[in-house]
Amino acid sequence: MGYQRTDGKVGTRNYVGILSTVVCANEVADAVSRQVQGTVAFLHQQGCCQTPVDIERVNATLSRLGQNPNLYGVVLISLGCESTDVSRVAETIESSGKPVEVVIIQETGGAARSIAQGVLVAQKLAQEASSMARTSCPVDGLVLGLKCGSSDTTSGLAPNPALGIASDLVVEAGGTSVLGEVTEFIGAEHLLAKHAKNPEIGQQIIDLVERMENRAKSVGADIRGGQPTGGNIKGGLTTIEEKSLGAIAKAGNAPIQAVYEYGEIPQEKGLVVMDSPGREPEILTGLAACGCNVIAFTTGRGAPQGFPFVPVIKITGNRNTWEKLQDHMDLDVSGVMEGTETLPAAGKRIYQDILEVSSGKLTKAELSGYTKAMDIYMVGPVI
Amino acid sequence: MRIDAIMIKREDNVATVLRDLHCEEDAAVSAGEAQERIRLIEDIPFGHKFAVCRINQGEQIIKYGEVIGRATQSIDQGAHAHIQNIESLRGRGDLD
Repeated sequence: MGYQRTDGKVGTRNYVGILSTVVCANEVADAVSRQVQGTVAFLHQQGCCQTPVDIERVNATLSRLGQNPNLYGVVLISLGCESTDVSRVAETIESSGKPVEVVIIQETGGAARSIAQGVLVAQKLAQEASSMARTSCPVDGLVLGLKCGSSDTTSGLAPNPALGIASDLVVEAGGTSVLGEVTEFIGAEHLLAKHAKNPEIGQQIIDLVERMENRAKSVGADIRGGQPTGGNIKGGLTTIEEKSLGAIAKAGNAPIQAVYEYGEIPQEKGLVVMDSPGREPEILTGLAACGCNVIAFTTGRGAPQGFPFVPVIKITGNRNTWEKLQDHMDLDVSGVMEGTETLPAAGKRIYQDILEVSSGKLTKAELSGYTKAMDIYMVGPVI
Repeated sequence: MRIDAIMIKREDNVATVLRDLHCEEDAAVSAGEAQERIRLIEDIPFGHKFAVCRINQGEQIIKYGEVIGRATQSIDQGAHAHIQNIESLRGRGDLD
């Protein structure tokens, strides 16, 4: 059950997004969203004093976030003098058939007046959104984001392979699944490339890893050397291939249909790869920008982050984490570690939960509002 | 049956143990919905692997249905499979 959008996509949520177009407008965007029910703010640290490549990335990411099917409409909060091309972002979002309002702080006359104006336009959109009802939607409208974080020994054994089974079920049902975290491919990129639907796409995967490594090398860091770490070896990991396969097991067995830049909206159904680092603020934003309407996030020690307008399902295979972090964890697959549940059974349970959450069941991150510290992945320096 | 170790994919030739296991235990190993018992010939700490069949020197080590390395010596069924008898095909961090 979802919200059918005019562009044919399906929302699993129906928020009005209050998107800050530059770090300097965050305060106003946050204040507006706090005062209007049915809205959520997306705040970040970018949008000014950056290289052209990064400004273009801010423009593209905000445009695509605004097009995410979980948003009914968008209010852009702009300072006025930033580098972000606010009118282009607004036009791009409008082209997907959504209402867009823009509030410019320097034109409106300061924060107090801008908050007031933002609240008024947000109320209007939120009321319109509230009259929409969920309708029965096919599973092929799902765009599932895959993520793991704060991993431990359990991650590669229980939640990641189980999520891989769930991801395969989404793909079999005609949906889309998005794998990011390119840094985690290192050492197993040649194996992942074999899952590509053709050699060209396989080569693109290997090139993505090389680009990520070269970026780290440009500041003197070798992110491949020293893997697996001494601690990994003590924990039972033998080779870098094994370590990386444990992370990418969450993508299942489906063939990789395409490779995309950060936040780019997939044109194919099935499993796709998106360039992204693994850190939460950047990858969750990237997954939301590429149109994910639900995200499954496996964790060992307990990563708390969600995303403002995309439900993030937290799955752990660590019984201790499940019991201690009840306000953050959604699903417990520790039965796989204890031998009381098989991987296929755990995978089916994750798939069922993805369907329930997509139909409206709230995740712990949504209930607690642990969704605010987000950012956009930048490649160049701040100037 | 309580499971002691897990093969992520049926084609794997190593299983990862879910708690500390001891030499001469008959470990219950799951592979998807299937199960089998394998006699251990060494102690295997939590999170470590053992061979589910004899693996000859130079043979590939399979976990997640993929090649994670190569046997540097023969590994008997039930023996600890780790850095003392497996090498990466991609270079190994602790030797770099």
